[in-house]
Formats: sequence, C-alpha cells, structure tokens
Amino acid sequence: MKPSDLSNHISQWFDGSGPGADIVISSRVRLARNLGGYEFCPCLNASRKREVLNKLKEIILSLDLGQDMFFIDVDNSSTLEQDLLVERHLISRQHAQAKGPRGAIIAQNESFTAMINEEDHLRIQVFKTGLQLKECWERINQVDNLIEKQVEYAFDPEYGYLTACPTNVGTGIRVSVMLHLPALKMTGQIEKFYNAAKDTNLAVRGLFGEGTDAVGDFFQLSNQVTLGYSEQQIVDEFSGFIVPKIVEYEILAREKLLKAKPDMLDDKIQRALGVLRSARLISSQEALFLLSHVRMGVNLKRLEGISIATINELFMLTQPAHLQMRQGHELDPDRRDAMRAQIIRSRLCQN
Amino acid sequence: MLCQACKERTATIHLTEISGGQRSEMHICEQCAQEQGIVVKNQIPLNELLSSLLSVQAEGQTSGAGPTGMESADDLVCPTCGMSLKKFSKTRLLGCPHDYEVFDEPLRSLIERSQSGHSRHCGKTPSRAPKAMKNHMEVMNLRRQLEEAVKAEDYETAAKIRDQIQQKQ
Repeated sequence: MKPSDLSNHISQWFDGSGPGADIVISSRVRLARNLGGYEFCPCLNASRKREVLNKLKEIILSLDLGQDMFFIDVDNSSTLEQDLLVERHLISRQHAQAKGPRGAIIAQNESFTAMINEEDHLRIQVFKTGLQLKECWERINQVDNLIEKQVEYAFDPEYGYLTACPTNVGTGIRVSVMLHLPALKMTGQIEKFYNAAKDTNLAVRGLFGEGTDAVGDFFQLSNQVTLGYSEQQIVDEFSGFIVPKIVEYEILAREKLLKAKPDMLDDKIQRALGVLRSARLISSQEALFLLSHVRMGVNLKRLEGISIATINELFMLTQPAHLQMRQGHELDPDRRDAMRAQIIRSRLCQN
Repeated sequence: MLCQACKERTATIHLTEISGGQRSEMHICEQCAQEQGIVVKNQIPLNELLSSLLSVQAEGQTSGAGPTGMESADDLVCPTCGMSLKKFSKTRLLGCPHDYEVFDEPLRSLIERSQSGHSRHCGKTPSRAPKAMKNHMEVMNLRRQLEEAVKAEDYETAAKIRDQIQQKQ
C-alpha cells in the first residue's frame, strides 16, 4: 500500500457509524514507549535511529493483528505523501517534519498505526468510530502486550514508562476524542467547554486546519495527566464522565436552538447547503465551516437525503493533500479551491 | 457578573489597566474580548510552562549554591547522553532514561506540577521484570563504543563489544 492509495476513501473510524457519532466523531488511545538501552530520539544518532526503526518495524510487522499491515518510510516519502498521512491523523505533523530514519506502520483499515522514532521510539495508537474509548484501550493494550514480549521498554518502578518528554511519563497514555460542537459554538457557550476542560486538566485543540484554532466547530479533547492513575482509570473517567457531560451540554444547546430560534437555525443550515451546492471556488476553511452546519442539520433531522458518511467523507477528501494526491500532482491554492468546490458540488447534488 | 460590552453573557475575562496612574477595570466575556482584539490564552503551551518552571527551579538552585560549592542547576549534564538541564528547558525533551536520575530533583517538581501533584506510576507494568537502569546505561555506552570501533575498522573489538551487548540484553 502507498499513501496515494488512501486519497480516495475515508478511514473506517471516520465513517460516522459508531455509538454517539453525531457528536463524538471518533475515539483514539495512544501509548508512548521507548526501548531500554537506547538514548531517546533527541540524542539518538542516525545509525542507532536506523537500528531502532528496523527492530521495531520487524517486530510490529510480524504481529498478527487480524489486518494487513504496511510500513511507510516517512523519511523517504514526498512532502505530499507526508501531508496526506497527517491529514488522515495517521502520523503527527511533527513526525512528518522531523529528520532522520523514521517510519509508520499502518493497518489496512487505519484502525491501528505505529509511529517509529517520533518524539519517542514508539507511539502506537488505535482509532475507532464514535465513543469507544474502552474498546480502543483494550485493543491497544493487547498490541502493547504483544510488542512487549519481544522488546524491553524503558521502565522505572516509580515513574513507570519513561518518555522523552516528562509530561508523558507513567502510563504514556493519551486518550482523545474528536468532537463536533456546533450548537455550543453558535450559542456562545464554547468557553464553558474550554473552562471545563481546563478545570479537569484536559487539553483542547482544533481538529482540522493548520494552526491550533478550532475551525468549523471541531475539537479534539485529550487527557494531560499520565501519572498517578491507571490506564483504566484514565479511560473510565474520560469516557464515563467527561465526554458524556460535554455531549449533554451540546444536546441541550441544540434543543435550545431548535426551540428558541428554529428559523435562524434552518436559515444557517440551508444557506450552508446552498453555498456548498453552488460554489465554484471554496477554501478549505469555508468548506469546513459550511459542512459543519450541514452536518448539524442532518443530525437534527432538518435536512433529508444527505448522509453523515457523505459529509465526513467530504471533510477528509477535500483537504489540500488529498486533493493533490487525487489529481496526481501539486496544485496551487486556486486550483485546489476549484477542485474542492467541484467535488463537494457533485457529492451534495447527487443526494 | 455580566459582560460590560454585550450585557448578555457572563464576564469571564477581567482586565486591569493602569495608565498614567489611572487604574481602570474591564469585565467582559470571551466573545466580546475576541471581537475587541484582546488575545486570550486558554492554555499555556506546554513548552512555555516547562521552561518557566525550570527557570524558577534553576534560579532557586543557583541561589542555594555558592559557599557550599553546590552545583548550579544550569550545569547539570547527563554523562550517558550529554543532555544538559539548560538544553532540556529549551527543547522540553530528555536525552535518555538515565536523565530521570541525573535531573532527579528539578524533574520531580516539574513532573508533580504537570501531573496534578502525582509522582508515582499506578498503571500497567511490563510482564517481564525490567532490567536495572544501570544495565541500560551500560548497553548505551557499549553501543557507542561499538560504533567507534566500526568507524576505526577495528572489527575484532567490535565483535567483542557486540557479544557483550547481546549478553546484557
């Protein structure tokens, strides 16, 4: 498999089919691990990085995870291929832009990925559609156990799994969900969400877009504390308490909007759809913003004949690297805007 | 308290401005703050937090130095990987597992603060008992020596070192 093979379809975990996927688009659990007997990546020279890469690559590719697994040599991938992997959340932007021997191993359905020689020697992650953090944790724990049979991780009885950045030490776990919160944003309550996240030591980031600003009402929420709690406790608190609370806020805000300002809501949704169905040039930022409104319209049953899967597909496939990969070559921003508008038009007018 | 600008939402941002000896206060909501171009940082970026915590730490340690001959925290360097505390405070990344011992004191307070006061791992442990840190350090050093031997084309030594590494792993 090559990165270009991915540019025409969405990742399985992004198809909007999972439990509660109208608000919680997807769940992810990541573990950070380092091999004992090697320096951490910042102090590892190229030849030892190569050694770590080869060792981990061989071990992970030999595991039976019930999926075909592919290795991608990130160091020797084109910028476009790297960007595509970043847009699909398969590797981090940092991993794409780093230097030296490094790679990624990706399961065919993209539910599992491993980054080798990112900030830590190994970062494995499992994705699932909707709110399925427990399932993600169970799965990744199995994979971690399988890898652990063959390597010795850097581990300290007091600090747990040792990581290059001390803020990941302990469990090395990062639990996160992608959230779609248009009503909280529309009703000016998004700061409540920010404050709640801050009070519970969680990090909020934008889901799409270049910077950390949340574009199009999509957010990524993740834990920051990795030490002092078991993985199970962190996952349980996140999926049993924090996420349901935010989902509840968003549902309330949606109900309130529907009750108090149904015309305003329908106007926003229909205008968004109108622009998407007729625009000839559309930037990725505008597309995200409008698709978000349409997505809410479908979830609130104010629109018929359009599926969430189609909208999710448009989010993913109209990102810059996806468009260029699909075309087979680089495109300047104007050409991308035209191509994006054309794809959106054809998909939304079919419905 | 209601936002002074829109008088609708709750004020969550409280600004105190002192200009020309005059003190003025403003209470507004986040949305109005954004509209007025007031930048609000919701979260301090991790690296800023780290470097500010470490600089406080370093100052504290430096003031404690002096006649006792205590080393300034700035000068702490890991003998295994060469990482210094100063470099770490800039990059926020450690160089090897041994750094957790070498920078024990400054790291401990940093970890406690960034981990909500926790300092002990309560999660899973590897199924096989991990070897002592000392062993890992020895292996790291041997790998370096191995590289040097290969570079110098001293294959006899290289083979010996390789056997030693294998024994230790």
